[in-house]
Amino acid sequence: MTDFEPQIVAFCCNWCSYAGADLAGVSRIQYPSTARIVRIMCTGRLEPQFILRSFELGADGVLVAGCHIGECHYISGNERAKVKIAATKELLDVLGVDGRRLRLEWISASEGIKFARTMEEFTKQLIELGPSPLRGEVK
Amino acid sequence: MTKIKEIIEDTGAFDCVECGKCTSLCPVAKMNPDFAPRLIVVKAQEGMEAEIKSDKDIWSCITCEICNDMCPYKVDFTGFIQRMRVEAIECGNLPTRSQAGAVHSMERLTGRGQKQNRLIWLTDQLKVKEKGDVYYFTGCVYQLGILYQDRAPELKQVPASVVRILNAAGIEPVVSNEEVCCGHDLLWSGDEDSFMKLMDKNIKMIRDTGAKTVVFSCAEGLRTFEMDYKDYAGDLGFEVKHISEYLLDLMEQGKLELKSSSSKVTYHDSCRLGRHMGIYDPPRELIKATGTELVEMSSIREKAICCGVNAFVSCGEVSKKMQVQRILEAKGTGTDIMLTYCPKCMIHYNCLLASEKKPKEIEDLDIKVKDASIFIAEHLKGGG
Repeated sequence: MTDFEPQIVAFCCNWCSYAGADLAGVSRIQYPSTARIVRIMCTGRLEPQFILRSFELGADGVLVAGCHIGECHYISGNERAKVKIAATKELLDVLGVDGRRLRLEWISASEGIKFARTMEEFTKQLIELGPSPLRGEVK
Repeated sequence: MTKIKEIIEDTGAFDCVECGKCTSLCPVAKMNPDFAPRLIVVKAQEGMEAEIKSDKDIWSCITCEICNDMCPYKVDFTGFIQRMRVEAIECGNLPTRSQAGAVHSMERLTGRGQKQNRLIWLTDQLKVKEKGDVYYFTGCVYQLGILYQDRAPELKQVPASVVRILNAAGIEPVVSNEEVCCGHDLLWSGDEDSFMKLMDKNIKMIRDTGAKTVVFSCAEGLRTFEMDYKDYAGDLGFEVKHISEYLLDLMEQGKLELKSSSSKVTYHDSCRLGRHMGIYDPPRELIKATGTELVEMSSIREKAICCGVNAFVSCGEVSKKMQVQRILEAKGTGTDIMLTYCPKCMIHYNCLLASEKKPKEIEDLDIKVKDASIFIAEHLKGGG
């Protein structure tokens, strides 16, 4: 699968990671255009369902990016996200979707380079994993 | 015949004499005066199809089946609701799903043909087979334990506990990684297409294993196979049994022994196992067989209070009030443990008990809602 281009849904928090992605853009840092970014107010708002639904609709990977621990705009939203994402990874493994297709990263507003690098790494990892087993039959 | 006429015919809604017994007994109507089962049936009889389909009331019913049980003309109101929901979805009247519909997505995801790891709980000590007479349908209880890890993480122990009990009775059940969710929550939230897909997969898979008896530890799975699968697919070619009935048979044959205990518990009749399936006594006899003292709550059997939510749809103020009522009843028995066979009941009650801001009435109450299979496994003779 050399021509396989993964489709990533990236949930970025408004205060850190979305701004980080913006910075990557205005700094003209090159990174693969595999992600569809969805802005959320806080990673703590992220329901496991958003992730499950993304996979159900045929995403190859889901990236969740928020403020570093201790820097959450809402004090502890990212700590909640950490717990929820760990459980969702476990669930994805049991469902046979592979928990590695879900990735959690802390990216601050000043880390445009980290955002670009995360996208590069994740895209590479997903190419190695191949297309999602749910891709064929998209509802 | 139009669809609604067909539904009215099939569920006996034409027989309704508007006596209002359903509305007077309905636990939702007691707390939400705008909701009335009788009114819905009358509207159907008057041909107000569009109004029923587009009304939110179709999602307010908790399908606890108290109305069916008490109706003098045996109108199948719950069946009416189940089928009208499919119609409601088609005209865009969607339910408010808990956790944005995570359970529904999870159930659909089991049936997409990828290789699952659903037997992850299986250890070397547990003996299971690939083909045989007895199939154990685990359902989605392990997955629910992960999804609701903050409320009912012990659900993850249910499948292993059941296999341990069966092994102790000398039975090696068939379990399968090809199994998919039974689709209960999808059907009751109106997603008939996804339900049928899951149903076809399950029936074919179980027939391929050559099983004659399928055992369920989940009340909803049992109901879905016995009533809904048979409705949609006809004869299944195998017999379905609840774990409590099956274990009692084994005890009568002297194959299973339980050690005695001096604990004191109460038992909650989940609506699927009780009113829907009519299984009231086997779970009680099994609990008593451990020597445990079973203290009954004030509303039991046909009159048992429901956990307040069905198929993870429309959880709200009414549900919470019903849960508080039930927990108070349970505590009133003087026990600290309430046993049940329904994983959803466990999740909903624990949702209340684990919440950060508990209602005042139950603030200081200490009670545990526990799966009955785990309880029985703890009382196995020889270590357990």
